[in-house]
Amino acid sequence: MKIVKTKIPSIDGKGIMMGRPAYTDDLSDPNSLIVKLLRSPYAFAKIVSIDTSKAENLEGVELVLTYKDVPKKSFTRAGQGYPEPSPHDKFVFDEYARYVGDEVACVAAVSEVIAEKALSLIEVKYEQLEAVLDFETAIDSPIIVHPEDGILEMFPIGFEPKRNIAAVYGMEVGKVEKTLKECEVIIKESFYTQAQAHAMMEPHTVNARLDIHNRLVLYSSTQTPFHVRRIVSQTLDVPLSRIRVIKPRVGGGFGGKQALHGEMFVSLVTLRTGKPSKIVYSRKEVFESTFTRHPMRVDMTLGAMKDGTLKAIDCHVLSDTGAYGEHALTVFMVTGAKVLPLYNKVDAVRFNGEVVYTNHVSAGAFRGYGAIQGNFALESAIDILCTKLDMDPIEFRQKNMIVEGETSPIFEIMGEGTAGTAMIMESCKLDYCVKRGIELIDWKKKYPRVDLKNHKIKAVGMAIAMQGSGIPYIDMGAATIKLNDDGFYNLMVGATDIGQGSDTILAQIAAEALMTTVDKVIVYSSDSDLTPFDTGAYASSTTYVSGNAVLKAATQMKEMIIIEAAKVLKVEPKDVDYDGVVLKAKDQQITLSDLSNRLTYNEDQKQLTTTGSYVGHKSPPPFMAGLIEIDIDKETGEFDIIDYVSVVDCGTPINLKLAQGQVEGGIVQGLGMAAFEEVRYGKKGNMLSNSFLYYKIPTTKQIHKLTTEFAESYETSGPFGAKSVGEIGIDTPPAALANAVYNALGVRITSLPITSEKIYNAMQEKKQKESNS
Amino acid sequence: MKITLKLNGHPRLFEITPNEYLLDTLRKNNMTSVKNGCDASSCGACSVLIDGKPMLSCSVLSARADGCEVTTVEGIQKEVDHISDFFGDEGADQCGFCNSGLALTIYALQKDLKNPTDEEIKNYVVGNLCRCSGYQAQFIAIKRYLEDQK
Repeated sequence: MKIVKTKIPSIDGKGIMMGRPAYTDDLSDPNSLIVKLLRSPYAFAKIVSIDTSKAENLEGVELVLTYKDVPKKSFTRAGQGYPEPSPHDKFVFDEYARYVGDEVACVAAVSEVIAEKALSLIEVKYEQLEAVLDFETAIDSPIIVHPEDGILEMFPIGFEPKRNIAAVYGMEVGKVEKTLKECEVIIKESFYTQAQAHAMMEPHTVNARLDIHNRLVLYSSTQTPFHVRRIVSQTLDVPLSRIRVIKPRVGGGFGGKQALHGEMFVSLVTLRTGKPSKIVYSRKEVFESTFTRHPMRVDMTLGAMKDGTLKAIDCHVLSDTGAYGEHALTVFMVTGAKVLPLYNKVDAVRFNGEVVYTNHVSAGAFRGYGAIQGNFALESAIDILCTKLDMDPIEFRQKNMIVEGETSPIFEIMGEGTAGTAMIMESCKLDYCVKRGIELIDWKKKYPRVDLKNHKIKAVGMAIAMQGSGIPYIDMGAATIKLNDDGFYNLMVGATDIGQGSDTILAQIAAEALMTTVDKVIVYSSDSDLTPFDTGAYASSTTYVSGNAVLKAATQMKEMIIIEAAKVLKVEPKDVDYDGVVLKAKDQQITLSDLSNRLTYNEDQKQLTTTGSYVGHKSPPPFMAGLIEIDIDKETGEFDIIDYVSVVDCGTPINLKLAQGQVEGGIVQGLGMAAFEEVRYGKKGNMLSNSFLYYKIPTTKQIHKLTTEFAESYETSGPFGAKSVGEIGIDTPPAALANAVYNALGVRITSLPITSEKIYNAMQEKKQKESNS
Repeated sequence: MKITLKLNGHPRLFEITPNEYLLDTLRKNNMTSVKNGCDASSCGACSVLIDGKPMLSCSVLSARADGCEVTTVEGIQKEVDHISDFFGDEGADQCGFCNSGLALTIYALQKDLKNPTDEEIKNYVVGNLCRCSGYQAQFIAIKRYLEDQK
């Protein structure tokens, strides 16, 4: 391999850093109407009356829309394939407001100042309702978050809105209760994970215009342009053929832009006024009114024998989907499906639980997608069990974890919203990842702790993780390759680059297969009119699914070129020898450049173009070991993260530097969740952490050292041996940190984030207990 | 009202409203390197140089910049082209939304500090938030650029 598994720079990084127009707002029509939303100040309220006349009469206001102006048709903003596993429980505008920040009305005006003034002139009388703010008491609460008619599940997901239940699932392999009774050692613990904000740097942005064919054209900062087209069409009753969705450069997503947020509003404004419009969410709106990670309680019971054989896992999950059920079922299922198979040798495993409605902002897709929540619980529980067994946690994992050539029954039972797909781990270097990880962090010297004598302790902790590579039989990616005169190519992909570098790695895959260089492959991605279909950038699918489509198209293109050359050289295609530049047969030859010019201008003229599409038949998991080193103050619990070691099996990393960037970005986002990030609410359900001043994300100061390596691994079903790498990095930090804190101080923190305050309080409690006994 | 800015070396007249921020004035005039990430002076994506000093254009009223020299990435293309080489080599550019603001801050850092320590570099760029990279690749790229400029 010459192009794949190298570290070429991203193909667009330079132009973007130099400030060239690239993002959605850079490409808006300068005459766009400015669209702004009036949002609910209450966590739960019914609109008694709404008077927009003053706003409508303000000069410069073009349109005001409320629930009275829009047909009441339920949909989901989740941005998934069809039919969605998320309930259709949202209306573009509604008489109810279900969280602080829910949409009440929108205005379109000629300037931002006028739009804001108009919002203040809308008179709304609310009937305030008591809100559901504690997810643990939501089920069968007398307060019903969704009392309305007209909401539905697309297929059975256990949807019972009158009980505040968005989804339910359960499965069991073997007999968990019976197996637990036979176990010599049992541990049981409940873990809490918090809501986390995506905090991508570019706020959600959409603009709309009508083109000369009177079609609606949306530029959207989205991870799912084709789903956006379909959902706007279905919800607003506009024929699909009348909508074009263009995804320009996207400034980060992490799952937050899988959803639809501003699309419906600008579409309505432009369709009704005929004028271009745009919406740019303020940072406050991004925090308060887009999505968060699903907060969960995970109850974990593990049973083992004294020799360290893990026999049973029992996992119950309660997940808070907030006001609407986007990704309710699927995130919750991944909490089991992409975590529990790590320990595949158990006799019995059970997973069940409920996803409930509350009057918090909705939760949605977020990198890790349930796996980080499940991983924190399981990998913390494993260390708790090891303490009780008096066994080394590395040795325990090596004895019980999944290895190459094995499988887990869970793969077949649990998918994302539906049954799963059976698969054998054809590439799994988890054993190497653990072994190499303990070398890199110098585990033997530092485990469990080293007293640094200055009030501080050095300690290490670790966790293992897995993810997936797309959703089998659902996620489809397609790629079209066109040969131009002078012998360079266009690569048109539906795949959605959101900053992760997929345009670059897909160009690398094409260049490798076409035996050319990346500069000869011109990538254009995600335009519903011009590129073939792709489900979008989610579920760790792009490298594996879209990459396979590119490989298919490139392989077809190479064959087409050889066939054309054979005609010119008057030989059979099998006799043509091709190195990507020159096509030879016996003593004759023609260059690709000459061949393409001839096909364009001179003889037997034709356009060579071919499309490849791919849908996965399995979802080969990437694996990793994550190990953390902390220095922690014995008295205050304050800690520094000294190093984070990641050893990752993602199959072949297509681009070594971009893959490393995916891992390290995931690690740091995971460390934020582990150590301090938290979406916080006031007593009335108002979000307190609604700016970067009150919601801190990691800065360069918190990151001392990241050590990242890749295992030699080759997944035969992946393009050039690749699996996914986008999500796996985020999964291990919470459990690794919790385990390190325990190793340092003997206190177990079971709720995220693991702040020094929680550590301090746990130490005080421990001292109290010790002095009492 | 009217103000004059010496924008990227050229004096230009701008028609503004009194409550307009420099970020909006610049973006309206096609300075697309200047990004709106938080509208609350806490992310660094809107960084510009005002009279040579890195400032957050989302928190400077355009009226207050009247008569000032304002530099954006559009005005230091050659230097940013060079900085971006190091980012490309290290795989430090992902979504890129923060990168123009960061490049401008690095440009200022290089002029401001001679032989900075690691700590000084981190302190200088700490206001430029990034959610993609994990910072380490950026930090290595910055150090390599500064080394190259010696």
